[in-house]
Amino acid sequence: MKLNNRKELIALRKEYIAARSKELKKILVCTGTGCMASGSMDIYNKLAQLIKDNNIVCELALVKDPHSDDIRMCKTGCTGFCEMGPLVRIEPQGWLYTKVKVEDCDEIIEKTILGGELVERLAYKLNGTVYCERKHIPFYEKQHRMVLEHCGEIDPESIEEYLAVGGYEALEKALFEMTPDEIVQEVSDSNLRGRGGGGFPCGYKWSQVKRQKEFPKYVVCNGDEGDPGAFMDRSVMESDPHRMLEGMLIAAVATGATEAYIYVRAEYPLAVSRLANAIRQAEELGIMGDNILGTNISVHFHINRGAGAFVCGEGSALTGSIEGKRGMPRTKPPRTVEHGLFDKPTVLNNVETFANVADIVKNGAQWYKKIGPENSPGAKTFALSGNVVNAGLIEVPMGTTLREVIYDIGGGMRGGKKFKAVQIGGPSGGCLTEEELDMPLDFDSLKKAGAIIGSGGLVAMDEDTCMVEVARFFMNFTQKESCGKCTPCREGTRRMLEILERIVNGEGRDGDIELLEELSDVISNTALCGLGKTAPSPVVSTIQKFRKEYEAHIYDKRCPAGVCKKLIPIQIDPTLCKGCSKCARGCPVGAITGELKSPYHINPEVCIKCGACITTCPFHAIKEG
Amino acid sequence: MSKTFDTAVVDRVIDQLGAKPSSTIAILQAVQEEYHYLPQETIPYIAAKIGVSEAQLYGVATFYENFSLEPKGKYIIKVCDGTACHVRKSTPILKALRDELGLSESKKTTDDLNFTVETVACLGACGLAPAMMVNDKVYPSMTPEKAIQLLNELKESL
Repeated sequence: MKLNNRKELIALRKEYIAARSKELKKILVCTGTGCMASGSMDIYNKLAQLIKDNNIVCELALVKDPHSDDIRMCKTGCTGFCEMGPLVRIEPQGWLYTKVKVEDCDEIIEKTILGGELVERLAYKLNGTVYCERKHIPFYEKQHRMVLEHCGEIDPESIEEYLAVGGYEALEKALFEMTPDEIVQEVSDSNLRGRGGGGFPCGYKWSQVKRQKEFPKYVVCNGDEGDPGAFMDRSVMESDPHRMLEGMLIAAVATGATEAYIYVRAEYPLAVSRLANAIRQAEELGIMGDNILGTNISVHFHINRGAGAFVCGEGSALTGSIEGKRGMPRTKPPRTVEHGLFDKPTVLNNVETFANVADIVKNGAQWYKKIGPENSPGAKTFALSGNVVNAGLIEVPMGTTLREVIYDIGGGMRGGKKFKAVQIGGPSGGCLTEEELDMPLDFDSLKKAGAIIGSGGLVAMDEDTCMVEVARFFMNFTQKESCGKCTPCREGTRRMLEILERIVNGEGRDGDIELLEELSDVISNTALCGLGKTAPSPVVSTIQKFRKEYEAHIYDKRCPAGVCKKLIPIQIDPTLCKGCSKCARGCPVGAITGELKSPYHINPEVCIKCGACITTCPFHAIKEG
Repeated sequence: MSKTFDTAVVDRVIDQLGAKPSSTIAILQAVQEEYHYLPQETIPYIAAKIGVSEAQLYGVATFYENFSLEPKGKYIIKVCDGTACHVRKSTPILKALRDELGLSESKKTTDDLNFTVETVACLGACGLAPAMMVNDKVYPSMTPEKAIQLLNELKESL
């Protein structure tokens, strides 16, 4: 069915809103990547089977005139609490069942659906408290969900449900009540800043594209979320694809673009299929494609799958990749807004930025600015992972402190370990320590602390993490992903990696820290693109905050966290050693001495930690650490 | 008729995606899906069809991590080594799989072309770290033991 005008869209939406309001009893099964990997589809199928077997009246999709007694079962997108998946939620009670297994389904149907009782053993428990309702769970209580508002509430594969929660109202307003200038002004007034990392004012970017005289113009969505430890954009694309598409459509209407491209990482197959499905549905309804809702505006959507190059997250590399070339950044200016995709004016924003647009257009800039600090308004999604109790996807108002995120939402460190640092902003970011826990998370505060929000990966690390090894890990990543075009990045990151490898292998030299600092300075000042310029950040920030750890590796040949293998001394346990001399004979450097039939000893100054003695000892008396 | 690829298959892919330079990556992806790798001889063939130089196409094929000019296994196991998986000990999982299959950093595919083991920078399943992906399916909270068990199940299904 094609909608020919605004009236028809309003009428259709009204029908679906009415239908959804009648859906009172619901079983919501999370089918985000996380829960699906933990087996949520098996649970969905089992529940569907049991419903059939028990002759329960149940709708599997939003129907136009449901009975209020009927049960609705819905596959939803990611609710963020991946660690506890598979998740099943029961409405209207709001009960959340965690770590559900196929064997639990009988009890859910019998007790909860037929009997209206809670299955307590499936409820979330923390420190002895049972949390039946989702909204009371600390992980959710402190969140403020805007972009993730519908994630876990609606079926991401159903445009009907998106319409039923007010979907495409903002597009309607943009098309029929606002001029392109007014749209751009509204977005500018809202102070919305790019969520991809840089925090560039979104409205300013749009106004620059709008001003260009050249056509066609393009809207490009950067869904190449490559930062290891980040999965916010993935969840939005998978769980609420229409929200992002609506934002892109509004950008196209505002700037006069006619073609829209979405560049998605190849590692996100589910996101690709859900986006393709959403585009097809919207085209069928006439919400995108030719003559949108009977107007003379046409916008065509395309999906491009990435092919595994982190550098393609950089604007000019990304557009190059869509054009079918190697993803290599070019010198700027000219900027993407003037010469972007196919050398034409291009609006390039990331997934989360576009996902914020519809709310701003619908509710106005003033409404948006009330959330969070004035210069970084709105909320931000973070992928919280690492050694916290509750890993998952969260959204909090900008300006929330790190402490609230790690302790209130994340539930503190796993296994009662001590917090050491949090790595924020991935390979381009830095780390924040205990002292910075009360710092508000927003673009400007983080910049001052030598870190960046980046796309929003937050990896919490406990006392057992070696910061030098973390720096090496990120440098290894950037070095591999360097496209090789400019010398500072291609050669510089390699040299920095070599030095870091040397240090974690116990071969660090006097002057290495200073050399790393010098290289960092040169690379960040001279590299061509953002990848190179920010590549040294993890090193700079760990040297700044954990210099003593570097020094312990270099001068004392010791890894304080006990992570770097080559720096863990090998010792002979005198209570187990029988003094057989086998180890001493096998040692290639003659580091082991002793007298027959009494415990032998390893000279740590001579030992090269090859481990030959460990394997030869017949009494398992030799161990690392 | 070429030995390593069927021109009819490649022609169909090009027809579907459009014989133009901007379809380059999509075409290479589709051909790779068909053969599990990019047979060397497809490069000049595709280049001529879509109107780019052989050098440029070869450049694209070797630039992106996902393209392989070497045959890959029927099951491609990607062990995630993203930050979250790394701090939750993904390295022993990789080692266990490599040891079991006799593979290494440089030798990624078994001789019988059944398995390829490689690392991936991030699967975006950080809440389930350490994670692993076999073809398009993500497996959560892995341990070396679970990985070997999965491997044995895959072997049986061959």
